[in-house]
Amino acid sequence: MFHRFANPARFSRIAARVLPWSGAATIALFIIGIYYALFASPPDFQQGETVRIMYVHVPSAWISMACYSFIAVMSAVALIWKHPLADIAARSAAPLGAGFTLIVLITGSLWGKPTWGTWWVWDARLTSVLVLFFLYLGHIALTNAFDNPQRGARAAAVLALVGFVNIPIIKFSVDWWNTLHQPASVTRLDAPAIDPAILTPLLLMALAFTFYFVTMLLVRMRADLNAMRARALRLSAAE
Amino acid sequence: MEDITKFLDMGGHAAFVWPALGVAALVVAVMTVTSLRALRASKIALGAAEAQAPQRRLRTGLTGTDS
Repeated sequence: MFHRFANPARFSRIAARVLPWSGAATIALFIIGIYYALFASPPDFQQGETVRIMYVHVPSAWISMACYSFIAVMSAVALIWKHPLADIAARSAAPLGAGFTLIVLITGSLWGKPTWGTWWVWDARLTSVLVLFFLYLGHIALTNAFDNPQRGARAAAVLALVGFVNIPIIKFSVDWWNTLHQPASVTRLDAPAIDPAILTPLLLMALAFTFYFVTMLLVRMRADLNAMRARALRLSAAE
Repeated sequence: MEDITKFLDMGGHAAFVWPALGVAALVVAVMTVTSLRALRASKIALGAAEAQAPQRRLRTGLTGTDS
């Protein structure tokens, strides 16, 4: 199954066919999600209108962690089976992950000031997310640090796997340590502790961000595959 | 008019809500533009390379083998 899509040429063809649909779905979901987030949902009884920051902050946080996990899995596949598409997937995802983590950090800070009374605290959750941001930057830097792209990909893959230890730390930091950041309220074993009026825009925005991430990932992977093919053609023409 | 002012005021938290949403929109816009530009540039580069070596197209490693 994996191998069917792992052929670069076939992957590129499938991606080209999927992209218009995933792009359209992303735009539609963003329109509906933003409508619910800004207009069709009430202010929170404690956070007031600042709850609207959560509709961007929380989905970005989910994507930033999911993206890193994806990179770690792709890195393992690239290191074990040496599949070029896995390297391309990891390399294409890293800048997106960095962007989402930046959104998490800035929106979290802008929410923290009116709600907690501070822009930043060095507690476990906030610090581990900052570490995630630096891991992404490190991954991007390592990928581009070598003249030989394969060496860069290998170094970045090792970093991604070592850095994966940070993901459970982020997830469980609010349970393991006494932090200012509140514990999970959606992903719990029992029912989510959020009213449907708040949960609806949150999940819609999460869906929009997920579609957006997948669409941009496919765009970047296609760009990378095209560039690799162009390079291979130029090399073979020069021979 | 009063409704719009009230909406923009965000319960007195306009200085936090709008910059937060603005930064998110900006980062998303930058990621979108850079990704789409990279795709367009890669298509142009591939087109140029294919025009230079049309006969060898099917023999490069990335096009043929099903693994």
